[in-house]
Amino acid sequence: MSTTADTPATVPDELGQVAVVSRKTPILLAVLVVGLALVLLFSDSVGETTFRVASRNDLFQIPDITVPGRATAWVMLAGCALLTGESFRRLLNQQKTPLWLVATYALLWMTAFLSWAAIGGRVPVVGLFGGAVALAVPLVFGALGGVLGERAGVVNIAIEAQLLFGAFAAAVVASSTGSAWAGVLAAALAGVLVASVLGLFAIGYFVDQIIVGVVLNVLVIGLTNFFFRQVLTPNAETLNSPERLSAVPIPLLGQIPLIGPVLFRQTPLVYLLYVTVAVVAFALYRTRWGLRVRAVGEHPKAADTVGIKVNRTRWRTVLLAGAVAGLGGAYFSLVAVSGFNREMTGGAGFIALAAVIFGKWDPVRATLAALLFGFASNLQGVLSVIGSPVPSQFMLMLPYLVTILAVAGLVGRSRPPAADGQPYRSQ
Amino acid sequence: MRLVLRDITKRFGSVVANDRISLTVEPGEIHCLLGENGAGKSTLMNVLYGLYHADEGEIEIDGEVRRFVGPGDAMAAGIGMVHQHFMLIPVFTVAENVMLGNESTTGPLGRLDLESARERVTEISERFGFHVNPDALVEDLPVGVQQRVEIIKALSRDAELLVFDEPTAVLTPQETDELMGIMRQLKESGKAIVFITHKLREVREVADRITVIRLGKVVGEAEPTATNAELASMMVGRPVELVVDKGEGSFGDDALVVDNLRVIDQTGHVHVDGLSFTIRAGEVLAVAGVQGNGQTELTEALMGLQDHVTGSIKLNGKELVGRSTRKVLDADVGFIPEDRQVDGLVGEFTIAENLMLNRSFEMPFVRHGGLRIGTLREFAEDKLAEYDVRARDIDTLAGNLSGGNQQKVVVARELSRDLDLLVAAQPTRGVDVGSIEFIHKQIVATRDAGVPVLLVSTELDEVVALADRIMVLYRGRIVGIVPADTPREKLGLMMTGERPKDVVA
Amino acid sequence: MNDTTTTEQEPTPPPAEEVEQPSEAHSLLYRIAAGDALAGVLAVFLAFLVGSVMIAATDETVRETAGYIAARPSDFFQAVWDAVSGAYAAMFRGAIYNTRVDDFQTAIRPLTETLKYAAPLILAGLGVGVGFRAALFNIGGRGQMLLAGAAAGWVGFALDLPAVIHLPLAILAGLIAGGLWGGIAGLLKARTGAHEVIVTIMLNYVAYYLVLYALSRDFLLQAPGSNNPQSLPMKQSAILPKVLGDRYNLHLGIILALVAVAAVWWLLNRSALGYRIRAVGGNPHAARAAGINVGRTYTTVFFIAGALVGLAGVNQVLGTVTSGVTTDLDAGIGFDAITVALLGRSRPLGILFAGLLFGGFKAGGFTMQTSENISVDLVLVVQSLIVLFLAAPPLVRAIFRLPNKEVA
Repeated sequence: MSTTADTPATVPDELGQVAVVSRKTPILLAVLVVGLALVLLFSDSVGETTFRVASRNDLFQIPDITVPGRATAWVMLAGCALLTGESFRRLLNQQKTPLWLVATYALLWMTAFLSWAAIGGRVPVVGLFGGAVALAVPLVFGALGGVLGERAGVVNIAIEAQLLFGAFAAAVVASSTGSAWAGVLAAALAGVLVASVLGLFAIGYFVDQIIVGVVLNVLVIGLTNFFFRQVLTPNAETLNSPERLSAVPIPLLGQIPLIGPVLFRQTPLVYLLYVTVAVVAFALYRTRWGLRVRAVGEHPKAADTVGIKVNRTRWRTVLLAGAVAGLGGAYFSLVAVSGFNREMTGGAGFIALAAVIFGKWDPVRATLAALLFGFASNLQGVLSVIGSPVPSQFMLMLPYLVTILAVAGLVGRSRPPAADGQPYRSQ
Repeated sequence: MRLVLRDITKRFGSVVANDRISLTVEPGEIHCLLGENGAGKSTLMNVLYGLYHADEGEIEIDGEVRRFVGPGDAMAAGIGMVHQHFMLIPVFTVAENVMLGNESTTGPLGRLDLESARERVTEISERFGFHVNPDALVEDLPVGVQQRVEIIKALSRDAELLVFDEPTAVLTPQETDELMGIMRQLKESGKAIVFITHKLREVREVADRITVIRLGKVVGEAEPTATNAELASMMVGRPVELVVDKGEGSFGDDALVVDNLRVIDQTGHVHVDGLSFTIRAGEVLAVAGVQGNGQTELTEALMGLQDHVTGSIKLNGKELVGRSTRKVLDADVGFIPEDRQVDGLVGEFTIAENLMLNRSFEMPFVRHGGLRIGTLREFAEDKLAEYDVRARDIDTLAGNLSGGNQQKVVVARELSRDLDLLVAAQPTRGVDVGSIEFIHKQIVATRDAGVPVLLVSTELDEVVALADRIMVLYRGRIVGIVPADTPREKLGLMMTGERPKDVVA
Repeated sequence: MNDTTTTEQEPTPPPAEEVEQPSEAHSLLYRIAAGDALAGVLAVFLAFLVGSVMIAATDETVRETAGYIAARPSDFFQAVWDAVSGAYAAMFRGAIYNTRVDDFQTAIRPLTETLKYAAPLILAGLGVGVGFRAALFNIGGRGQMLLAGAAAGWVGFALDLPAVIHLPLAILAGLIAGGLWGGIAGLLKARTGAHEVIVTIMLNYVAYYLVLYALSRDFLLQAPGSNNPQSLPMKQSAILPKVLGDRYNLHLGIILALVAVAAVWWLLNRSALGYRIRAVGGNPHAARAAGINVGRTYTTVFFIAGALVGLAGVNQVLGTVTSGVTTDLDAGIGFDAITVALLGRSRPLGILFAGLLFGGFKAGGFTMQTSENISVDLVLVVQSLIVLFLAAPPLVRAIFRLPNKEVA
């Protein structure tokens, strides 16, 4: 019954910690290679695949690229296999897999996949990416709104409601004023309105934020359906026939092959999106306001002890987040189609929420995640036009599956702001 | 800055946390506020910092009476605070934490002026020899460095008076020594310092003046030249007021044998390091020590509530390490957890429901998957009477009971089984005197029935009253195991990690 | 808001005899449960008031009379009254008793419709409520219903069995499918700590596309030779029989719901498992310290919750819409269930009444839509407002300028 030390023990506070390098990335890469290889082995489609890169009005025309489908797929896949090997080699040396490796892998894999999936058809590369950007518009706006709110510590399950109400307001205001831009403004205000209800209950009355969000979704579905049927449908001419926002090519930039048509021959809403992403990212990380927002979302008590008004900061951020998310709603009724329809957002708000999480609560990553989800859904559309063998439903399922894997810690580690979802009561 | 607190009184409900406390702090002096856990020191400082509002009394700074509505006011008045639980944002850099709430910006876009914040950090850091990198993420820094960031935060706001709230509770001895040096440096630069602690050694090392607080009241002032024994008796109060009727024990064989027990948490911190001890049947082994020296982890390891445990715990020859909590309970171990509201009770459950919390799998309260409500109610009625739980009936929600009665419910539950071991952690914390007496009697009765008891308490009175032997823990290790009649001065010394010559470790 | 002077933020809680505040996580449930009756009544009143405003604002006559309100205000108020009372009267006729027919058997028909609509709401509400009792939030109702409906539907149209075996087998298939799908969320929470809210939301969509996929492949669910995402209709032997004869649409689903209420009541209040579920929901730390496996309980709860919600899907496919499995089979019930569970305070009997109430809203809403031409979606608005107002009694009290009860 004795301890060996005869002086007061000085216990080391920390044990040496081994740097843990995740094995998940190389394993995931390997699984994807094997998966596609199996598909290639067991499918019997033969033929050529054409990639069409050019579009009209380009500065110069890039000719179509036609390749033998299966052979190209195998070559690209071999490249993927090599990269996977490199990833494992780094794992053995306790190194992380670098981003360039993953990016190159993704490009090769996607080319391999398309070479096979579009055998006998033509892949419209511009349409594939350009459409992805367009489809991602509401997702990015919604995700940015989500990021802002959650960074301040308010979980927003009601992004869907903000999008839907934004779409509704945009259609009505754009129709009655005859100005699509008035509609866009109205969409933002509609988002703010939904956000103010969220704020009232979640911040003002400490009601569970998730419950408020869920109920708000139902409330807004009810409201918009009600007014759609009672008011919009009988008065469709005056209230639900908005002018559509059409694409406005940017001179010069829009004529660059591939990049031009994808990024710069879009609707003004897309350009507004570029600005919003930049502003949100700058404001959140580089301004006093952003520092305080992040502080109240991480450790409200600490913010309070340095004199920051926690709930006032949260209120402002939630309203702003509502405006951003609401903007995304305009896409549905002013861009995708002209006019509002019942539940026309179809769950985009939840994909946006998924992008928030998959993007690790960072505006730029969330934007990229939203673009990725937009790409997945556009790819599905393009493939079904080509008549590819991949069931479209599995493509559409992808964002949700990826998010589940992300929250379960199977793909990267996502850590929400520490005080996300917790009401703050000052003394 | 000269600070005068005059007759500060702060109540929480019916409890008086601060009872007319007066205090004067002069510039260039380190004023120690000495007292046990829960004596009311932190409450007082939170009043000073504007986090609480005093019910009575006033705060005077340089001859002027001030009223603080929030921490912002206190900071503006030149008061800085190094909180016990750091008020730092873990995912922010040092510079960002220091500038938060006090940010300067540049350019037309209102860009954060991180450069000037970095310079400020570097400047203060160099002046006091802190070696803090302004661009490091706070969560990556060792605790001691994080504390320096807190100090820099206060100094960057030109604080003239700094409050250190239990600053050494989380530090290693080396870090503690360094902190003492920093405090002296600050003092020499003319700052006034309030140092809240319950560690005697530190007090004697740096204090210019000492005020002792006990149960929310100032019980006296002392000079730094006072002996540990003098300070200890002021802080802890007069020796044993609690009389427990406890006869000579009759001890059996070694029942619990703990060998080389080691507990590590997920982040790799070692909390219990190589503990070896035994408890005989019918013996109370009391674990004494300042809170946070591994007691919690020791009891949790015994109960199967810790994940990374090595070594061996044998109860009557059966190994407990590696068993789930349920299996440990099946080995007839009773457990009174240190925080009944967190680990002991379900507040929304009735008294009766709480009485079967650890027996939700089989007889007597469960048969064929169904609850035996009648049996439970009968049992609850009996225990309500037997353990003198003051409640309207057995359907009263546990959350609505007073602390003492809540604890009696826990004790009743744990002692109503045939036990082979009782683990009681802080069994009387936050409990009224009447209930303390009752609970102590129950523990003694358990011991007299031949059950080995592991008692953990930070109350020296309780340790001395109940123990057959006393084991003092410091930083997860055993300082020594001594007889129950060891003088409390000696115990107090051991609690600071010093091992007297005649104590065999 | 001055009602919280001591909170968990207090650095050193005094050695107090104070009554502990409920933890943040449970404060909502606590507040709903403890919300006083007056605030509850006022919440319902407020919700209907908002509904009335919506009815009046979209009514033609009201808008016409508003044009000359200064000249003849009485016309305006008469119009408002006509619109609102007309709507609510129609709801009553559609939900409880049709006063416009003499024949009692026809007049009482609306009540049976209410029961028909209530059955899935009760079943799914129980599923969400059981989760709440373990402090788990099950937003995955839609997915659980879809998979359960698909499984039950497949058994229902693909197999040829005598009714005695066929119907129970189909029900069982749905129950298990719903349970397994729900169990995923529980398992992930137990194993990885993944937040069940996010997981269940995402699983809704995964389920939707899974079922959509199955409905596009005739070796799975799609009716052979069809291009529509719909399965074959149910075989007669797998259809829930009508309980009041062919005159009424009410089928065995309501009995299923009542049995489920009783079963869940027994589970929560009389079984050891239910006791552990409540213990984990009330205080997972204490439950763990008392030897209860919290992770396993989460998984079990989600299985039970999914199975109950799954029964709602079964009810739809084998009872209400027997023409075949579609992706619309959940009919919004998965989300309605959340409001039902909240209104019913997660108690089986409360959920029974909340389900009956909202079932009545639905039945009445459809009548209101057909007879008064007011959109049934009004019901969604009223329903969600009731839940919101109930969750914040201080707000309701502030609106009516009542003294706030929480300030002691």
